[in-house]
Amino acid sequence: MVLGIPPGLFLIAGALLVPLFRGRWRQMYMLFLPLAGLWCLVDGQSGTFFAFTFMEYEIVPVRVDPLSLIFGYIFHIAAALSVVYAWHNDDIVEQMAGLAYAGSGIGAVFAGDLITLFVYWEAMAVTSVFLIWARRTEASYAAGMRYLIIQVGSGVLLLSGAILMAHETGSIAFEKMTLGSLATWLILIAFGIKCAFPFMHNWLQDSYPEATVTGTVFLSAFTTKCAVYALARGFPGEELLIYVGAAMTAFPIFYAVIENDLRRVLAYSLNNQLGFMVVGVGIGTTLAINGAAAHAFAHILYKALLFMSMGAVLYRVGTVKGSELGGLYKSMPFTTVFCIIGAASISAFPLFSGFIAKSLTLSAVAHEGYLAIWMILLFASAGVFHHSGIKIPYFAFFAHDSGKRCKEAPLNMLIAMGITAFMCIAIGVYSPWLYSLLPYPVEYQPYTPSHVIGQYQLLMFSALAFAVLMRFKIYPPELKSVNLDFDITYRKWLPAIYRGMINLTRDGWQSILEDLRRGVQRVVAYMFRHHGPEGILARTWPTGSMALWVAVLLGGILLLYYV
Amino acid sequence: MTDQTPHTPDNSGRKYWLDNPKNVDKVYWSVIVVSVLLFFADALYDKHPEFGIEKVFGFYGIYGFVACVGLVLAAKGLRLLLMRGENYYDDKTKGDS
Repeated sequence: MVLGIPPGLFLIAGALLVPLFRGRWRQMYMLFLPLAGLWCLVDGQSGTFFAFTFMEYEIVPVRVDPLSLIFGYIFHIAAALSVVYAWHNDDIVEQMAGLAYAGSGIGAVFAGDLITLFVYWEAMAVTSVFLIWARRTEASYAAGMRYLIIQVGSGVLLLSGAILMAHETGSIAFEKMTLGSLATWLILIAFGIKCAFPFMHNWLQDSYPEATVTGTVFLSAFTTKCAVYALARGFPGEELLIYVGAAMTAFPIFYAVIENDLRRVLAYSLNNQLGFMVVGVGIGTTLAINGAAAHAFAHILYKALLFMSMGAVLYRVGTVKGSELGGLYKSMPFTTVFCIIGAASISAFPLFSGFIAKSLTLSAVAHEGYLAIWMILLFASAGVFHHSGIKIPYFAFFAHDSGKRCKEAPLNMLIAMGITAFMCIAIGVYSPWLYSLLPYPVEYQPYTPSHVIGQYQLLMFSALAFAVLMRFKIYPPELKSVNLDFDITYRKWLPAIYRGMINLTRDGWQSILEDLRRGVQRVVAYMFRHHGPEGILARTWPTGSMALWVAVLLGGILLLYYV
Repeated sequence: MTDQTPHTPDNSGRKYWLDNPKNVDKVYWSVIVVSVLLFFADALYDKHPEFGIEKVFGFYGIYGFVACVGLVLAAKGLRLLLMRGENYYDDKTKGDS
C-alpha cells in the first residue's frame, strides 16, 4: 500500500491531482504514480486488507494473493509504459482518464468481494470512454456511446448477479463459483461481455480503433484482461469456457485477414488472444491457469507494443489504413523494428515472450486430451502469425511503397516502444522470470527441441503460405471497406426494426384517429340533419318545442305519481 | 491530435535494398529454403507427441501451410458476403483511422 491507500485507488486519487502540475513536472508525476504503486506491490504480502462489515455483508476492498498480484504487476507496468508513450500529449482529459482507468483496473483485480468489484468495474467503463471521446470526431463520439452503453450494461448484470448471490448464499465474497443458478449466469455474462465472448465482442473492434493514438494503448491493457482475471478467479475449470475460448481464437482471424484499418486488425487479434486465455481458464488445471496468467502478462506487453507502433503511424501519417500505407520502413525505421518485435512476440517465435506463455496453455490442453480444441488453437496460432505477425508490419512498413514520407515517431514514443520491446525479448529469453510470478509453481521447460522445431515449422510454413499467395496474387488486397460483424444487429437491424415499428404504430394511430374523426363527423352530420336549420326538429321555434317537451315531461311525472 | 509532416514524394533518390525486385526474390526463395530445411529437421530429434497426429513427418509445417492457405481463401470468400462500402454505417461514423 502506498501511504496506506489501497492499490488502484492510489492511481485514481493521484489522477485527480494531475492538474496541479505543469510541463515536465506533470510528466514525472504521472510516471511516478504507477511506479510507486508497483514498488509497493513488489514485496506484497498475501492477505486481505481494509475489510469492514456493511449491512451484514463483508466488504473486502483489497485481497492480495498470487493470482491478483501478477495482474497487479502487469497493470502497473502497462500504465507506466502507456504514460511514457503519451508524454508528448498534454490533453488533460486523456491524462486524467488514462490514470484513473488504470487505477480502476488495478482496483478490480484486488477486489475481494463482488460489490467492490462492481464499483471498479463501472469505474473502468466511465473513465475509459473519455479515451475514445478525446479523439473528438463524430465517429469516436458515436463509438464511445455504444461502448459506454455496453460496458455499463455489463456492470448492471454483475450487480444483479451479486445481489441474487447475496440473497441465495448470504455472502458477496468473490470466490470460485459453480455455474448453475441465475446469479452465476448473470455474473458469467457480465464477465463475458468485457472479455469479448462471441456475439458480445463487437464493442472491442468498434471502439478501440476509434480512440486516440495514446488512448488505444491504455485501452488494450486493462478492460479485457481484467475480465480474464475475473474468469480465472470465478470460473476456473468451467468446461463451457473451453469451447467459448476456442471459438474466440478462431473466428476473429478471418476478419483480421480482410480488415483494412490496421488498428482494427489488432483489435480482432486481441480478441483471438483472449480466446487462448479463456481456454486456459476453462481447462482449469494449475498448468492451464498459469498459462492464462502468463499469456495475459506477455500479451499486455506485445499488444501494447503493436498498438504503439500503429499509433505512431497514425500520429505521423494520419491514417492506419492498409490500403493507404506501405514503404514506411524508409521513414520510420525504429518503429518498424519495434513493430516487428511485437509481431514476433505475438506470433510466439521462440525467444520472444509469446512463445513461453502460449506453450503453457497449449500443453495444458494437450495434457487433458482435447484434440479438436488443440487443433483449433494450433490453427489460430498460425493465423495470428499470418495477420498480426506478417500482415501488420508488411502492409504498414513494406508492401507497395505508398510514397508517403514522414518523420520518425517522437522520442517519448520510441522510448516507450523500446522498453516494451526489450521486455518482450527478455521475458522470452529468460523464461524463469515470468514463471516465478505465476500463481502456481511451474515445472515446465518451453525450450525443448520438440517445441522449438515444431513451432518454427508452424510459423515458417505460415510465412511460406503468405509468400506464395502474395507471389501468385491470390492474397486479398487491402481495400477501403467495412466488414459486417455482429454489431450490424445494433447499428443497423435494431434501429431499422425500431423505425419500422414507429412507422407502423404511427400509421396505425393515424388510421385510428381518422376513423374516430370520421365517426364524429358522422354523428355531427346526423345531428345536423335533425337539428340543423333544415332538420326535422328545427322546423318549429325552439321555445315552442321546449314548451311541448316540458308538457310531455310533466304529463309523465303526473302519470308516475298516480301509479 | 496527429502531427503529420507533409507527404512529399521521395526525391532524394536514395535506393533501399528492398527496392530492387531481385532482392525481394531473394527473400522469397530464402523463406522456401528455410521451410524445406525445417521440414526435414523433423528427422533429427525425438518427438514427444501428446497426440498421434503429431507423429506425422513434418506435421506442424503441413498443418501451418494448409491452415493459412485455407484461412486466406475462406476470408477472401467471406468478403463477398461481408464487405461493404466504407460509409456503410453512416457517412460520419467512420473516422479516418
